[in-house]
Amino acid sequence: MRTLFIASLLAGASFAHATPVDAAKSSVKFVYTQMNVPVEGQFKKFNADVVFDPAKPESGKVSISIDLAAADAGSGDANQAMQLKDWFDTAHFPKASYATTLVKAAGAGRFQAAGQLSLKGRTGALNVPFTARPDGNGQWLEGSFPLSRLAWKVGEGDWADTGTVADTVQVKFKLFVPK
Amino acid sequence: MTSTSPVKYTLIARLLHWLVALGIVAAFGIALYEDDLKFSLLKIKLINYHKWIGLTVLILAAVRLVWRLTHAAPKPPAHMKPWEKTVASVTHGLLYLLMFCVPIGGWLYSSAKGFPIVLFGVIPFPSLIDKNEAIAHTIKQWHGLGAWLVIILASLHALAALKHRFIDRDDVLQRML
Repeated sequence: MRTLFIASLLAGASFAHATPVDAAKSSVKFVYTQMNVPVEGQFKKFNADVVFDPAKPESGKVSISIDLAAADAGSGDANQAMQLKDWFDTAHFPKASYATTLVKAAGAGRFQAAGQLSLKGRTGALNVPFTARPDGNGQWLEGSFPLSRLAWKVGEGDWADTGTVADTVQVKFKLFVPK
Repeated sequence: MTSTSPVKYTLIARLLHWLVALGIVAAFGIALYEDDLKFSLLKIKLINYHKWIGLTVLILAAVRLVWRLTHAAPKPPAHMKPWEKTVASVTHGLLYLLMFCVPIGGWLYSSAKGFPIVLFGVIPFPSLIDKNEAIAHTIKQWHGLGAWLVIILASLHALAALKHRFIDRDDVLQRML
């Protein structure tokens, strides 16, 4: 009980100055490859909270929650398929979330976040590189990283065939954190 | 006397003709079958094969046009009536036009759907226009209409060739074999 209380205090403390990102300016896109054809998709609905001071990256924290039902995989057919059991199975796992556990400087405006991704009922480590760029009323956090769809069982059964839909999906995000 | 009017089409012209014919039939057949399939691996594969074949037809059509303009074709046989010659050359002209328009339409459609074409999964071709679902829908209608027109004209063309072979008993079909 006491541990739980302290944990919640700590959690509360670390989120004390978390700022929601500006959803209108921000985007989380992805590029998947279908028979070597790059196809762009987008996660249209997400919430992200950021505490990040480039001068003190270790005390930074980024958490994001993505509404998978609003995923646009680039075509009507694919959008319907994405909801089904073989892909995101949104009936059981409507959201994907990622939270950093440690952010480190990686030189000249670049940073490396270690964190945990929860997707389709699985939680695992995911490192995300990003850059931070101040811009008038806030800052931009931008990055791009490859994600193995099969490691998270996204595209099961027939769809596990990487000859048609490649395993690697490139995720590109751009978050605007207002001051 | 006959030096300007060869008896047969050149080997290259014949090869191009039959490759394009094969490509058109294959692309049409695949599209007809694939359009009703539900979203699946097979559908994705067939759509891509269709695009590869269509783009190949377009490239071959360009080569054919250049070849045709630089190499004399055999003249129509003397027994043909003027209106028959007109129908034949209008059909040939339309088929040449559609060999370009239908694949370009498909390329535009694929572009408007947000899918660039990667020929044989190896050679990337640029998107011709930006992604736009409404435009894609319209182009698809025209692409399909054009394809049906090709099939109708090509059938007419084939029937005419058979008529030359079996009714007129001239050498028109043999020139292309």
